[in-house]
Parts: sequence; C-alpha cells; structure tokens
Amino acid sequence: MSARRLFLLGGIALILVGMVFGDIFAVFTLHQNAAQVGANLAAAAQAALAGNRHVVLANFQNVGAFLENRGTKVDTHVHMIDFGYLALLLAILQPWVGLPENSRKRIAWIFLAGAWLLPVGVYLIHYVGLARSPVRTIGWASIAADFGGLLVLIATLACLFGLWAYFRREPAGLADKLLADRSTEGRMLFAGGIALVLLGFFHGAYYAAADLYKHEARDFSLLAQMSAGAAAGARVVVNNALTDYGQLQGAKAVNIAAHAHSIEFGLLAIMMSFFQPYVSLRASWKRRWAGVLLLGSFLLPVCVLLEMKYGLVAGGVADFAGLLIIFALLAMWIGILRHTGELDASRRPMSESGVPQ
Amino acid sequence: MSSSRRLLIIGGIALAVWGMTYGLWYAVFAEHQALDNVGASLAGSFAAAADRNPAAMEASLDRYREGKYIYDRQVDVHGHWIGLAMLLIVLGIGFDRVNFSERFKLFLALGLLMGAVVFPLGVLLQTIGHGPLPRAIAIAGSAFVVAALLAAAVGVVAGDPSRTSTG
Repeated sequence: MSARRLFLLGGIALILVGMVFGDIFAVFTLHQNAAQVGANLAAAAQAALAGNRHVVLANFQNVGAFLENRGTKVDTHVHMIDFGYLALLLAILQPWVGLPENSRKRIAWIFLAGAWLLPVGVYLIHYVGLARSPVRTIGWASIAADFGGLLVLIATLACLFGLWAYFRREPAGLADKLLADRSTEGRMLFAGGIALVLLGFFHGAYYAAADLYKHEARDFSLLAQMSAGAAAGARVVVNNALTDYGQLQGAKAVNIAAHAHSIEFGLLAIMMSFFQPYVSLRASWKRRWAGVLLLGSFLLPVCVLLEMKYGLVAGGVADFAGLLIIFALLAMWIGILRHTGELDASRRPMSESGVPQ
Repeated sequence: MSSSRRLLIIGGIALAVWGMTYGLWYAVFAEHQALDNVGASLAGSFAAAADRNPAAMEASLDRYREGKYIYDRQVDVHGHWIGLAMLLIVLGIGFDRVNFSERFKLFLALGLLMGAVVFPLGVLLQTIGHGPLPRAIAIAGSAFVVAALLAAAVGVVAGDPSRTSTG
C-alpha cells in the first residue's frame, strides 16, 4: 500500500471512529454528564447556604471528576477527527513530498501510530488518573497521549521537510491528476465545503462580537451571586443563579459546537472533493453520497444551535444529521477501498526513486 | 506549482507544526496546573461562603475569573492555529480553482496566512494584557481571514476557465 493510500484510509478511519465516538458520547453521556455537573454544583451551593464547608468541597470534587470525564471525551473526539483531517491533507500532498516511497510509508505509519495513541491516551486519563505515575501532576495516560502528539508532530515535520526538499529541486512542480478532477460530485463538495466554512466563520465572528464577552461576564457574575447569596443565606438568589447558570452553559456550548462543526464539516467536504476520483462507485451514487454528506453537514450545526429553543427534538435531528455524515463517509471509504489502484500503479515508477514524474 | 499555492501549503503545514508544538507544550507543562487552579479557586470561593468569609470568597472568585479567562484563551489559541492551518493547506491544494490572476491570488494567500497567524496571536496576547490592543489584533487577524476566504469563494464561483491556472 502506498504512503498516499495509508494516509487516506487511515485518515478516513480516524474521522469515522471519531464521529461514531462523538455520536455515542452525545447520545449516552453528554446530557447525563451535564445534569450531574449541575446537580453537584447545586448541592455545593446548598451546602454553602447551610454553612457546611466539607460538603461543599466534596461536591466540588465530584464536579471536577465529571468535568474531567466530559473534557477528556470531547478531546478524544476532536483530536481523532482533526488528525484524520490532517492525514487526508498529507495524503493529497504526497506527490510533492520529495522523499523515497519507503521513507514516506514509514512517516505515514509514525503519523497514524501517534494519531491513534493520543486520543486513546486522552480517553484513558479519567480512568487511569495518577496511578503509579512518576510525575506529580500528570499520569501515564497523559504521558502516552503526549508521546502520541510528539509522533504526529515529528511525522508532520518530516512531510514539511519533504515538501521543502521537493520545491527546492523542482520549483515548477507537477500537476496531480487527482486534483484535476472537475466531476459534478467533486464540484458539489468543493462549493458546499467553502459555503460551510464561511458560514462557520461568520457565526464565530458574530458570536465573538455579540455574545462571548457578555457570556464570560455573566458566568462570573452568576457564580458570584451563588456564593454571595449562600454567604448571606439568600436561598432564592442562589436558586435563581443556579438556574441561569445552567442556561448560560447550554448557550455557550451550542454556539461553540455549531461554529466548530460547521467549519470542520466544510473542511471535510472540500477534502473529500479532491478524493472523488478514488471513490469507486457509480457516478449517480457518488452524487447521492456527496449530497447526503452536505445535507448532514448543514443540518447538524443548525440543529445544534436550535437545541436551546427546541430541546431534545433539535438534538435528535442533530444526532440524525451526524449519522448521515457517518454513512456518507463510510460509503466513500468503501468506494476508496474498492478502488483498483490504477492511480497509484501509474505513479509507481516515480515512487521508487522518490522523484515524481 | 504557483507561488500562491506553495505559500498556502508550506505556510499551512508550518503553522500546524507550530500549533501542535504549542499544544504539546501546553498539555505537558501548563494545562493540568491551570485546571487545578480554576477548580480550586471556585471550590475555595464556595467554601469561604460556607464559612461566611466574604473577603476570602471574593479573592477566590477573582482568582477563578482570571484563571478561567486565561485557560479558555490558551485552549482556543491551540485549536484555532491548527484549524486555520488545515484551512490554509486545503485552500492551497484547491487554489487552482480560484479564477483570479496569480498576482491577486498571491495577495489573497498572504492575507490568509497573515490572518491565520495573527488572529490566534491576538487571542494569546489577551492573556498577558486586558487592554484594547490584543483584542484589536485578534479582530484584524480574523477580518483578514474572512475577507480573503470570501474573495477566494467569489473566485471559485465567478468561473472563467480560460484564466484558471493549473500550477
């Protein structure tokens, strides 16, 4: 298997597993976890109201544990998908990496090893903790995750060096057949991807300008109201602040998630547009799957935003949109697996010498 | 390959490497300490409220506010540098579909690269000073990225195949 296909198949596999993990997490853990955090924060506020310091600290310990559980799972999901994206980009760039094919394959394996090790390590942080750790602040799972990150970093640096070496030798470069494709599904994905990225950018800019600082100030003021209300024995103030705090956390989460998902799915659509010649399916099915990918990519961030207004209905549609993206990506992945390898075969003589023709 | 594509691809990978190095440094040397600080100060403020000690409560809340403000931005910087780096690489790969002259495309590529570096840098500078300058730098950086991306999208849509360069 060529370095390009290693990066390509490994990258799509990372994205698929990351998305399935994200969907499972969203359905079975996210809301339950948020409820537990809220309940423990409320219990801490009530304990402060009652003047019971020990119960306050015990509840905050629980809040910390639940937040760590949530944070590490979000990080697992995000890093897996982002490394998948980076792998796809490095796959596209392989013809311009001026290193022998064997070295490029080794680099691809190092990248993929690190790209799997980091999210698995991050996932385990919550369960392994500091058990038998040689360091006071970070445990073995963190050390493994950091080592995974280092491997990805080294592999990416090696690709950067390869690109630099190639462009120094061949300033004019080569035209890659893969990028010359202008099929309907390729153009659909490219244009749809740019539109999604722009939507995500505009939403992010609007959120930063209109709400971000207000939300930060309100976060602090509500926590201040809770603790001051508790110190003054004002139960109503504490309860109101707790309710508003839960609403605020929800508003922050949906805005950030909608912004990030719109841009990430846009990038994914653009990347998949480049790989359409590798997808060995009938043209009509390629167009259908491209449409399904774009539909899911648009629907998911919009429904995430609507969750504050329409609750579980919008959440359910968002989860369904996530499934659409997973199915479309899976279909393309299977199409790539079916690909007979003619593009690679035509490039093989060049790969032996490491100098693309 | 054209200079604009090369600038976006090489610049994008260099920015991704930079963003990952920053993330690795942050995960090893700063993140756990920052989270401990945020959690402990919030718990401390509620414990002080239970003790009916308003001075300690306010001091803890101030520590929480500062710690959370810095933590959020440091994580954002890592995510935005790498996210924007991937956008630069993707655009670099597909930049031959943007139907403008090479000179204008080089100008767009420069704007994108500059914005992608400067926007998260402005966010990072907010952790050092709360004045208007870091915020202005972040806004300018994000404006560069959005404007250049919008122009690139116009270049893709306003198709004039005769002017498309395939370099």
